[in-house]
Amino acid sequence: MGPEAVGSTAAPMVQLLTPAGERVTSGDDGGYAERVEHLGLDDLRDRYRRMALVRRVDVEATALQRQGELALWASCSGQEAAQVGAAAALARQDHVFPSYREHGIAIGRGLDPVALLQLYRGTTHGGWDPAASGFHLYTLVIGAQTLHATGYAMGVQRDGAVGTGDPARDTAVLACFGDGATAQGEVSEAMVWAGVFNAPVVFFCQNNQWAISEPNERQMRAPLARRAEGFGFPGVRVDGNDVLAVEAVVGAAADRARAGEGPMLVEAWTYRMAAHTTSDDTSRYRDRGEEQHWRERDPLDRLEAHLRATGDDDDHAAFLADVTAEADAVAERVRRGVRALPDPEPTSMFDHVYADPHPLVEEERAWLADWVAAGEER
Amino acid sequence: MNAPGHALTAAAAPRSRAERAPHERPAVHSTPRTTETTLAKAITAGLRRAMEEDEKVLLVGEDIGRLGGVFRVTDGLQKDFGEDRVVDSPLSEAGIVGTAVGLALRGYRPVCEIQFDGFIFPAFSEIVTQLAKMGARLGGAGRLPVVLRVPYGGGIGAVEHHSESPEALFAHTPGLRVVTPATPQDAYWMTQQAVRSDDPVMVFEPKRRYWDKGAVDLVGPLDAAPPLHAARVVRPGDDLTLVAYGPTVRLAVEAAAIAATEGTSVEVVDLRSVSPLDTATVEASVARTGRCVVVHEAPTFLGLGAELAARITERCFYALEAPVLRVGGFAVPYPAARIEEHYLPDVDRVLDAVDRSMAS
Repeated sequence: MGPEAVGSTAAPMVQLLTPAGERVTSGDDGGYAERVEHLGLDDLRDRYRRMALVRRVDVEATALQRQGELALWASCSGQEAAQVGAAAALARQDHVFPSYREHGIAIGRGLDPVALLQLYRGTTHGGWDPAASGFHLYTLVIGAQTLHATGYAMGVQRDGAVGTGDPARDTAVLACFGDGATAQGEVSEAMVWAGVFNAPVVFFCQNNQWAISEPNERQMRAPLARRAEGFGFPGVRVDGNDVLAVEAVVGAAADRARAGEGPMLVEAWTYRMAAHTTSDDTSRYRDRGEEQHWRERDPLDRLEAHLRATGDDDDHAAFLADVTAEADAVAERVRRGVRALPDPEPTSMFDHVYADPHPLVEEERAWLADWVAAGEER
Repeated sequence: MNAPGHALTAAAAPRSRAERAPHERPAVHSTPRTTETTLAKAITAGLRRAMEEDEKVLLVGEDIGRLGGVFRVTDGLQKDFGEDRVVDSPLSEAGIVGTAVGLALRGYRPVCEIQFDGFIFPAFSEIVTQLAKMGARLGGAGRLPVVLRVPYGGGIGAVEHHSESPEALFAHTPGLRVVTPATPQDAYWMTQQAVRSDDPVMVFEPKRRYWDKGAVDLVGPLDAAPPLHAARVVRPGDDLTLVAYGPTVRLAVEAAAIAATEGTSVEVVDLRSVSPLDTATVEASVARTGRCVVVHEAPTFLGLGAELAARITERCFYALEAPVLRVGGFAVPYPAARIEEHYLPDVDRVLDAVDRSMAS
């Protein structure tokens, strides 16, 4: 078997907006089209606006890294539909356990992009209060967060926050990971636990086809979505560049979890249009033709084509101009915010290492404080 | 694996010089309301009390429910607290710790049992990269009150991976607390104190002492217990400070009793906590005795003894009459059971170090 064993034609895929921007209103087996048929022009414009803002923040962050303001940036370019669609499917009380590239979901949960960029500037290893947004801290150890999501979901079960029928109470947990993470034992363990305990977890894999330099074929031998069956729950592949389809499928999975029907695996088939991070060089491992192929399938262009075909030309042009202006304003605010981020105090490294008093930490904190003070006098 | 109970006494039996001396146990604070119980049963009682006091406390581990754990430490708890609070987990150590992180973020206080010391490594990444760091990363926006119970140490005649002492790996990891009780009373107290802590606490339980009996106050308030991280002088002495923890505390007391018959007054300090270290108690002792020997089962190379030797040398340099000596395991994988008695520190090796220190 060759690459097609895991690629886009290897498994059925839910698609509700064709690459040409035509809406599919029926025909899928999961009732997904019906889930989003109520979404009209304003809703779709809202999704586009969100995707465009994420793209603009991403471009700005990349520029900030090139200018030395960030140590690193992991672009989510190409994955905006998957992320905005997933965020749109969540309820306020739901929780998200991200990897480190879920900028679109973070912004969708109301996080200030400046907070996200702190980690990449090197001013903190965290940066926000997960309880406030339901968006947990970024996780750089690949796949570890899927177990945290599963444990959190087990807590949700014990709180009686599944299957009550109360839409403001029942809670789903979104575990985000990439295709590379599916080779990690912890991801399989998370699926075992979630299956065994019927935990309200949505395993949301953005399959962007590349784990730094290694393609899908180095991470899996069979289409990922099929793996769910072995863990005892459904798996669905969705077109990850189709914001409507992602919203519909993640929405169905989250509803299922909230109703107490257990986990589900959603594989969003997408493409990492940029390098893994700003430290990466894609020219060493993938060809320009492939990148061009996917640039022509940009998720923003797909939705924009649909909006252009749906609305009045002048109205559409005005909408795009508004979005661009808003995105530029956000980018400017992010730029100023990031550049104004102060370096933390040296002794802040001792803060919160422990909740309860710890003599060694206090001893070393005092030593560093004295050392720094003496250095300032020198 | 189930613990082979037949070998309980195999490695603990004093030999040669030890056979000529009276047998002694660590001192315990005895009051009229105490109950004589084993170290294992004291942990059971501590867990029960912690679960009664806080409904957010739950136990997770392999075989801890219906079986009561391979050492029966959780015996009867699932029957009384239900399957949601005493959870028979999949056979997945990374899963046990990783889901505990998530449960803690949701407001629970999971107490995880790792079945044996040597099986903690599938969970090593979750412990070191996630659990230990999460509190600092959250910057005060959340805590990780997770307890990891780890039966550890050798001397029970077990097969590979069932006799190891990996505590230094975790003591070397900032963000964790690492404690190890040596007596039933401490086991009862420290288990509850670990559960009450808002930090991740690893409780290394000396498995070959699970069946040691001692008097335990099961009714008094936990506030009466010494702080979780305080070392304790379990036998006073004037000539030399012998530092031990977990399974080697009893050994140290036995060695001290023999040394006394030979005219050397050995003070035994039970560290109780290996992170943080109560170096002040050890320093105060060494400042008086001028000599120090540290004993543990883990390899001496880069072990707790190395850290203590460095700290004692830095802080008690002018009081020291001899270099700080270490007695411990060798720099080899834990050996097969039939020769483990040659690996484990015993009374003679401790007394040899005492002799060498006194001769300096």
